[in-house]
Amino acid sequence: MEIPSPPPAQSVGVVQTQFVELFNTGKRLLLDCGATLGPVRVAYETYGRLNPEASNAILLCHALSGTAHAAGRHDPNDPKTTGWWDLCVGPGKPFDTDRFFVICSNNLGGCDGTTGPSSIDPASERPYGLTFPMITIADMARLQKALVDHLGVRRLLAVAGGSMGGMLALQWALDYPDSLAAAIIIASTPRLSAQNIAFNAVARQAIMADPHFNGGNYYDKERPRKGLALARMMAHITYLSEKGLHDKFGRRLQDREKLSFGFENDFAVESYLHYQGSSFVKKFDANTYLYITKAMDYFDPFPDPRTTAERLAAVTAKMMVMSFDTDWRFDTSRSKELVKILNWHAKKVTFEEFPSPHGHDAFLLYQPLYQQSLASFLNRLYLEQVGGLVAAPVETDERVDGIV
Amino acid sequence: MSRLRIDQAIIAKLVDERSRVLDLGCGDGLLLEYLFQHKQVQGFGVEISHAGVHACIARGLPVYHGDIDQGLSDHQDGSFDYVILSLTLQAVRRPEFVLQEMLRVGKRSIVSFPNFGYWRIRTRLAFGGRMPRSVLLPDSWYETPNAHLCTILDFQDLCNTMQIRILRQIPLAAGGGLPSGLISQGLSRWLVPRSAANLLAPIAVFLLERGEP
Repeated sequence: MEIPSPPPAQSVGVVQTQFVELFNTGKRLLLDCGATLGPVRVAYETYGRLNPEASNAILLCHALSGTAHAAGRHDPNDPKTTGWWDLCVGPGKPFDTDRFFVICSNNLGGCDGTTGPSSIDPASERPYGLTFPMITIADMARLQKALVDHLGVRRLLAVAGGSMGGMLALQWALDYPDSLAAAIIIASTPRLSAQNIAFNAVARQAIMADPHFNGGNYYDKERPRKGLALARMMAHITYLSEKGLHDKFGRRLQDREKLSFGFENDFAVESYLHYQGSSFVKKFDANTYLYITKAMDYFDPFPDPRTTAERLAAVTAKMMVMSFDTDWRFDTSRSKELVKILNWHAKKVTFEEFPSPHGHDAFLLYQPLYQQSLASFLNRLYLEQVGGLVAAPVETDERVDGIV
Repeated sequence: MSRLRIDQAIIAKLVDERSRVLDLGCGDGLLLEYLFQHKQVQGFGVEISHAGVHACIARGLPVYHGDIDQGLSDHQDGSFDYVILSLTLQAVRRPEFVLQEMLRVGKRSIVSFPNFGYWRIRTRLAFGGRMPRSVLLPDSWYETPNAHLCTILDFQDLCNTMQIRILRQIPLAAGGGLPSGLISQGLSRWLVPRSAANLLAPIAVFLLERGEP
């Protein structure tokens, strides 16, 4: 499928990650597992301006390997420092920074500046490693809520995210129903399937089987690079569609004319995966990978149909659920499963599936229908919630009274 | 300002205030928006085209991007007060299945469709010798989405076979997509006598309920 390139649009420009220390005045962050954390450092970025009423804020939630850096560049001359959702965040883009105040923070347990297993435990003055408490998606949302409060926003216009970011958006709608007008849940799922958990389990085993893993205490030593790279390589395959991968690489050989009849990287796809793995380990922490995948495995906001009504009773947010037809990590049926639950309980839900050759990764890429839909939903939300909606009444002919 | 088609205006009249509505093949969401604005209904639309879905999103309406021929298995029995199918029945692949599903998930269903027994259509086929086209049926035979055109009598027969109770049938003398001039010509032009409906009405609206088995 031929996908046109995105229209040229403006960037938010050069941005810097900011840091704030929360839960540092006695009150600690209470986690689902019963443990508490404090103080907790949060890395975050913001784009656009908060209006005087603080009514135009949107929180973006990143996926497994994302960061607080969603838009713009850290280095103006280096395109590699572009934010992970720059395609959708900026002036004139769906998350239009001329209108919205956009917040993105690194998740709890992350390794991009927010407190996680690689942070120093104030009690031991050493990195937490595996002594870091087990965290959940709800814990991550709880920390995000504290950040949003800190930034002076009482009610968000929307919480949006793809993949695990979509789980966070859903969690927000459930846990803080009065604190958001809409949840945008993209390429996500209300729970991981056995297959999803299996992929995560193998990824964790790859990390823990690395001889350098050392029970998670590797910060002053050689790191478990091979295990983490292997975990990433395997996961990466699940983010792409079979067709997408084949269209990109086919059976093309890498830097050679003939098969090697050995175990070198014969095929271009092997070389590509190795590159994905080795570049990932430079920026990502193996322990974070363990904790975050576990949090995803545990995510199950509707474990029992008998309690779902109660769970959803206070939910008022408009829900926008989006999926992509070649995504097999969280395929369309998973989005529909969520939509079905929400519709059974008469929530306000919109669902749309988009064509894309890019599998799970599609939520980060350009697909005109997807961006149009997102822009249209956000535009409507802005007009309804912030202001400017011009009533356009639909008219009928009252003389049909005579007929019916 | 937008104006409802005549069959939509009739459908809107048939829907009770504050009811829960499912609009199948809701298109750009005009009827649903009217129902939200004037009847304070809850519910959502189902639409197969991205253009229709985006129009609904722009109106702030909840909409489900999907194919009604796949059935309504996402919905529990009787979970809607009204399930609406306006000028869409003729375009579904399995009309009988869709009707059955509508009456399972809805307490009542409202269906409007173009009547292929309308005299102009009959004469076009009889004397022109080619597939008739009209305001309601504008496409050539080879590109029309309409797969199951029927007459009012055919539809009544199907309801009979399926043990569907017809609560109201409203054959209309004016078709959909009307120029406003026609609307202002008065009501007498809209209604046709029931006995001659199959010949005189280009379009009909039916209010249905599941009958006793």
